[in-house]
Amino acid sequence: MIHDFGIVWSERALLLSGLANTTILSALSAVAALLLGCILTPALMSKQRLVSWVARVFVDGMRCVPFLLFAYIVYYGFPSFGVRLDNWTSGLAALTIYNAAYMAEILRGAWAAQPREPIEAGVAFGFPELRLFRRIILPPLLLSAGPVLGNQMIQIIKDSAFLTIIALPELTHAASSIQSRHYVPFAAFITAVFLYWGLCLVIEAGVNSIGRVAEARR
Amino acid sequence: MAQSSKVLDVAGVSKRFGDVEVLSDVSFKVDKGETICVLGPSGSGKSTLLRCINWLERPDAGQIYLNGERVGINGAGIVMSDRDLSKIRTHIGMVFQHFALWPHLTVLQNLMEAPVQVQKRPKAEVHDEALALLAKVGLIEKRDAFPAKLSGGQKQRVGIARALAMRPDLLLFDEPTSALDPELVGEVLVVMRDLAREGMTMVIVTHEMGFARDAATRVLFLDRGRVVETGSPDRFFSDPETERARQFLQRYAGDTANGRR
Repeated sequence: MIHDFGIVWSERALLLSGLANTTILSALSAVAALLLGCILTPALMSKQRLVSWVARVFVDGMRCVPFLLFAYIVYYGFPSFGVRLDNWTSGLAALTIYNAAYMAEILRGAWAAQPREPIEAGVAFGFPELRLFRRIILPPLLLSAGPVLGNQMIQIIKDSAFLTIIALPELTHAASSIQSRHYVPFAAFITAVFLYWGLCLVIEAGVNSIGRVAEARR
Repeated sequence: MAQSSKVLDVAGVSKRFGDVEVLSDVSFKVDKGETICVLGPSGSGKSTLLRCINWLERPDAGQIYLNGERVGINGAGIVMSDRDLSKIRTHIGMVFQHFALWPHLTVLQNLMEAPVQVQKRPKAEVHDEALALLAKVGLIEKRDAFPAKLSGGQKQRVGIARALAMRPDLLLFDEPTSALDPELVGEVLVVMRDLAREGMTMVIVTHEMGFARDAATRVLFLDRGRVVETGSPDRFFSDPETERARQFLQRYAGDTANGRR
């Protein structure tokens, strides 16, 4: 067994590049999904029926599709419509679009739980719609939803493992290459698990610091 | 039109929610420097009236003019754009029953937010003015505190200072002391009395009869969405014209005797 881990250690360059790709992929798509979610949330809350309906259909649709299938559709399905993306781009797009729906739904829930009066004060003080959302509505949402958003970022990291099926060289892909090359499944996969765990700990530290900022305002 | 001499002119405003007529044909004018107290039993439409003035509620009928300028409806007779309505609203300050401070901003930032973000005034100027306003309401030492750390009375004083930071032509108060513990009401009323003395133009929905009696230039008594009585507070409190007002005042006499101001 120790020997197996020795083999994994000898392949550390491959694992580390997988870890780096997973980190980059997750970070980029977490930021992009959150931004998209911030745009989708006012659409979900819109008083214009058509706008909120379209947003609702998208969000509910995404939440009911298994991520693996969605990744297949983006990578293998989109080329039939003439959209041919390389595995990095389609992986990033799939991860982003899919999780944007979750981000939007999380923010919508936090919004619905906010007191009405401070938002109304923004309207009464003359904030136009867009600035009202950006300056008055959104910041408390991000603070109060911080822990749940952090949770979703952990979900993004874990979802990124599926992208091994479109040959994206991320951490799971690296681990499974090592195992198929050397037949050390347990050592290769458990090492990957610990590396994922380390990434999640970083996210949790981030969530805790948001929590402290929010606590001062509560 | 003679609206230009008035800060506020409310003409024939009506509003219904479903089957309930909340306001019916309400008219009154406010001169510069006046303190109008709007009194009446709960459910009489006082808050709705206030919220119609800055179009937080859209009136079903009637007109509202601020400094002679029509609120909510543009020259072509249609509902104003968000942008135009926003511009008018910057001239009307509002103080809310539950304070409505922005929780993610410090006290000082609460005061500076709208003047900088909406009115686009220079930050340095707004900053100095905000500090002066905080000093005026006695909260300069709380400048960097978040609203959640303040008492109700302190929150409401920040709420008033925040409204003043917009340099409004008109200040609306929606039951500013109703959510406060009785012992905190006084500190807010002190600030409001000062403003009345300084000639700030204000429309105040309140249940503080003592305050209305000695700070208002005029009272407006509302019942079931109609202006039943209007006039000087002396006259209204000592010798109301209508039976409805008499009954209303009798119910409050107990509270006043018990030391509520």
